[in-house]
Amino acid sequence: MIQAIADGLSTGAIIALGAMGVTLVMGILRFTNFAHAEYLTWGAYMALAVLSVTGLDAGQTGPFRFGLGLVLATVIAVVLTVALALAIDYLVFRRLRGRVNHITLVFASFGVALIVRYSIHLIFGGAAHYYSNDLQIAWLIGDGLRVMPDQALVFALALLVSVVLFLFLKYSALGLAMRGVAENPALAAINGVHFRKILFWTWAIGGGLAAVSGVFYGMTVQIRPDMGFQLLLPIFAAAILGGIGNVVGALFGGFIVALIEAIALLWIPAGYKIAVPFVVLLLVLWLCPRGLFKGSSGGSK
Amino acid sequence: MTGLLAYFVFFATIATIYAIIVMGLNIQWGFTGLFNAGVVGFYAIGAYACAILTGPARDTLIGGFGMPFLVGLAGAALAAALAGLVVALITLRLSEEYLAIATFGIGLTVQLVALNAAGLTGGANGLYGLPRPFWSLFDSVQAFNLFYLVFVVVIGLLVWALLARLVRSPWGRLLRAIREDDVAARSLGKNPVSVRVQSFVIGSAIMGTAGALYTGYVGFISPIDFIPILTFQIWAMLIVGGSGSLLGGVIGSFVIWLIWTGSGTLLSRLAPPDLQAQSSAVQVVLIGLIIVLTILIRPRGLIGEKSAVSSKK
Repeated sequence: MIQAIADGLSTGAIIALGAMGVTLVMGILRFTNFAHAEYLTWGAYMALAVLSVTGLDAGQTGPFRFGLGLVLATVIAVVLTVALALAIDYLVFRRLRGRVNHITLVFASFGVALIVRYSIHLIFGGAAHYYSNDLQIAWLIGDGLRVMPDQALVFALALLVSVVLFLFLKYSALGLAMRGVAENPALAAINGVHFRKILFWTWAIGGGLAAVSGVFYGMTVQIRPDMGFQLLLPIFAAAILGGIGNVVGALFGGFIVALIEAIALLWIPAGYKIAVPFVVLLLVLWLCPRGLFKGSSGGSK
Repeated sequence: MTGLLAYFVFFATIATIYAIIVMGLNIQWGFTGLFNAGVVGFYAIGAYACAILTGPARDTLIGGFGMPFLVGLAGAALAAALAGLVVALITLRLSEEYLAIATFGIGLTVQLVALNAAGLTGGANGLYGLPRPFWSLFDSVQAFNLFYLVFVVVIGLLVWALLARLVRSPWGRLLRAIREDDVAARSLGKNPVSVRVQSFVIGSAIMGTAGALYTGYVGFISPIDFIPILTFQIWAMLIVGGSGSLLGGVIGSFVIWLIWTGSGTLLSRLAPPDLQAQSSAVQVVLIGLIIVLTILIRPRGLIGEKSAVSSKK
């Protein structure tokens, strides 16, 4: 049970990193981006590509399987993922925004997800990849609880990111402008907020977090073309649970979804894993559709 | 019957079954504006419901009631409608995006159940030896296939006639009114949520019916018949043909199915053996491109819905 909770917390951190990006995009740009999970996959593969092109070793620092090589690769992966998110917005979403029914944007993102996922499949093949083949020695805590150092790291990182993001949105001028657009785009525009600037930063933050999340997921599980796709439902569940637009809510949403999943798997067969976030999602939509925590914006409506 | 003709019969049967699913999606998206991201789930529910109702009894299975095919067909429509009702009731009073996410979940979950609930669905092995309707009346496989094509086309025409009637009825006008302007419809005393739920359930039932027709045709179903890409194929068929047009949907079904099978054959001929696995990814990227480009360049598809008013925003 305790082990399940510990594992849930680390998976929850990965989900939370993805969900924070999704919730920002849903809150500010006002549409559900089905392609977001593919940004995770893209980020993970870009880091992999950097490692294999430069010949860098993923490296090892202290107990972590996360050395300078992978840090560098992650930074480049973040840049490349932001570039992808911006390119997709420029090529597809920008042309539709404001012109069509906004659910058509959701539809377009659905098609984009397919293109990105299978392009990755095409380029890198369908087989699983790993950043490093080193074995990691788990920390033994107390009576038989095993925690991988990487898991602890991703947990701490997710907490840190959410705090920084929260402070950024709450106190910085740019953050205020982003919240303004989320709340009321027309009013924000009147007050001199440039939508394009907000657009850029929303994708930059969302895409960057997705890439980091993807690298961590690739490190703790394995890198496959459908890795992001498998996380899409938990990410959506976490974002909705946390209240759309609420970054800290998304953090807790991620932990809650992952914990329920980890604990439920003690009783139900592992094959039903993906169904757990789905049931959570339906329950949330049924019982408290605005999420457990108040959304910081007008939601995606 | 020559090989080419036999292939044409097979091709047309599958394309017609897909055209029926597209009709179900058309009532949801084309006429009501409801986004269903888990089409394959409703289709699979219908296929499995039919298989469980009509299949032969087996010791290892819960199902296998050996019922007549028409019972299977009705049961399939009912099961898919029920699934549609649950999702619609939970999500349709909320923002429409939630329906998209929830149906996406249904698609994934149905596949999980198909894979894992071995006692009901046969698991990864699937359900086999399922009876094909009126099989015993024919002395050759070809004759049966030809008959089945006619059978599927007749069901397709019935669905078409039903939808065409519904769409022209006051209820159908209400659907479009809600799609275009929810608030206006509400101010006229209509209940958009209830009408949306009705439309979604009818669409789901039609998808379930198509699933039953597939089961009756092949007599063997397994989870690989219901992979998520089917949802995208159906969407491509609808949008290329033109959502909101029944004829467009049918034409789109044949066009996309031709592109899909054609590109598959071409790739398997051209691609070197070690890249065969990759070549199927090309097909999927193609479907994605068709969807996105159609939305961007020709949102009305080949035959879009006729504009009901003279000027649009």
